[in-house]
Amino acid sequence: MSVIEAHGLRKAFGTTVALDSIDLRVEEGRILGLIGPNGAGKTTALNAILGLTPYQGQLKVLGRDPWNERDQLMRDVCFIADVAVLPRWARVSQAIDYVAGVHPRFDRAKAESFLAKTDIRHASKIRELSKGMVTQLHLALVMSIDAKLLVLDEPTLGLDILYRKQFYDSLLNDYFDRTRTILVTTHQVEDVEHVLTDLMFINRGRIVLECSMDEFESRYVEVTVRPEHIAAAQALKPIHERQALGRTILLFDRVDRQQVARLGDVRTPSISDLFIAVMGNHAGPAKGVAK
Amino acid sequence: MNTQSNALPESFESQRIVPATTSATRPFYWSVRRELWEYRSIYIAPLAGAAVALFGFLIAIFVLSAANAPQRRPVLQDPYGQAAALIMMAAFIVSIFYSLEALHSERRDRSILFWKSLPVSDLTTVLSKASIPLVVLPLLSFVIVVATVVIMLLLSSLILLGSGVPIAAPGTAMLGQMGLMLLYHLITVHVLWYAPFYGWLLLVSAWARRAAFLWAILPPVAIGGIEKIAFHTTYFFDMLRYRFAGAGPEVAGSDNFFDPMTHFTPGRFLASPGLWIGLLITAACLAAAVRLRRYQGPI
Repeated sequence: MSVIEAHGLRKAFGTTVALDSIDLRVEEGRILGLIGPNGAGKTTALNAILGLTPYQGQLKVLGRDPWNERDQLMRDVCFIADVAVLPRWARVSQAIDYVAGVHPRFDRAKAESFLAKTDIRHASKIRELSKGMVTQLHLALVMSIDAKLLVLDEPTLGLDILYRKQFYDSLLNDYFDRTRTILVTTHQVEDVEHVLTDLMFINRGRIVLECSMDEFESRYVEVTVRPEHIAAAQALKPIHERQALGRTILLFDRVDRQQVARLGDVRTPSISDLFIAVMGNHAGPAKGVAK
Repeated sequence: MNTQSNALPESFESQRIVPATTSATRPFYWSVRRELWEYRSIYIAPLAGAAVALFGFLIAIFVLSAANAPQRRPVLQDPYGQAAALIMMAAFIVSIFYSLEALHSERRDRSILFWKSLPVSDLTTVLSKASIPLVVLPLLSFVIVVATVVIMLLLSSLILLGSGVPIAAPGTAMLGQMGLMLLYHLITVHVLWYAPFYGWLLLVSAWARRAAFLWAILPPVAIGGIEKIAFHTTYFFDMLRYRFAGAGPEVAGSDNFFDPMTHFTPGRFLASPGLWIGLLITAACLAAAVRLRRYQGPI
């Protein structure tokens, strides 16, 4: 059974199409990164999955219809929609009490032990905490819920690199196991690079790339081509070309590694390299940046 | 994407059964508690009303203990009704402002995204918010009024005993009667009769993006204004005034519920169509608020 299954998922705001008939399938135990430029439709997709917005098409999350069964679904799904959505007027202890009160799968002892590792005090009001501490608190609450799907929408936006690193470290070490599924969107691609098991690029309401990280590593090759081999390399149809420090760097999809190795230095590209290449091929504005 | 999870086809089902049985009242109970955490004025305002009443009363008895005996009785009988009126007025004002804020502030501070991430339905949330003006505040007012009156009686006994004057306080039977009248007044007027106000305000707070107060006031003014200009009548304004003034003659023979001669007329009240029309309007407003909250995100 898939955790998320969508067919022809569509959402339009007036004449703007935010999601253009997406097909999506996320299996249990995966950590899927949904990457896309601003306004690509990431948040709309997540909102549909979380039952926060109505949609057209078919969508099942853990076998349920999110729009009509949000409250039951939320027993098995957690989400951090954004940094700083915790009620600012509440005390830390009240936030814990409330979640413990309404959530049947909340483990209070677990939350307390997560919080003990931080500087957050129970008597503090949430408005008195720093942005990083609010995120720590939210993560502690969410990780103490025995959920099957965790959805993170820009969970580390505006946090410094220490908090960001710590966020994903604790997510991987203290929370993730092979029975849980995590769906994350972020602009800070390098943070999640080694966290993801699957990758999905979305642009203008469409999925433009979908692959597992294993597949990503075997499929894509970046070659820093030696000047004398440029013509030969370009004949192999790279999906992207860029210049760096006077060198030509070509990105290939599904080429013979041995063959390109003779043309220059070979390495696996980073997700952001691939992102720029793919978005450059799909969207006008990104092209100028890529060249 | 990889499909390695097929080994556990029924894992969702088997885990769902185990601990997920929360009783329906638990989310409701905690939702009411969170309203009390967020809006502390719910209990502070009636308590402040009580404090003001007690302070005024203290001054009154000090002035009085210096005066002549014949003047005492009326002055000592009145303050209970005035204290009750003050406390209920505070509770009413809080109810109005609370209802207008309740479904608006959670969207304004984006915390609605947090509340919606928890297994609490929109119906439970809206009902818990509606219960503040319809259940919590009337009950609180009752308890605070009773406590205030008891404190007043004790104070006056102490002070007047000290001054050697015979006490002119109501007896226990009369106290019981006063309590009953107060409860009856709160349930009929403050809950049942005023319910459509709260329903309307909650609906506006769920709907308005900004200036909820204006949206609450302007449509009724517009309807009344159109009626006045088009038909030269004021039925709508009269209706609002009648509703606002309390159920009046339908509820009881007299408005002063500390007057022992007052008698209940619950039959007449329950038979008045205005009551039932008002309750229908309340239900419609709350249903619309539930539906709106489902669609609404942060603003």
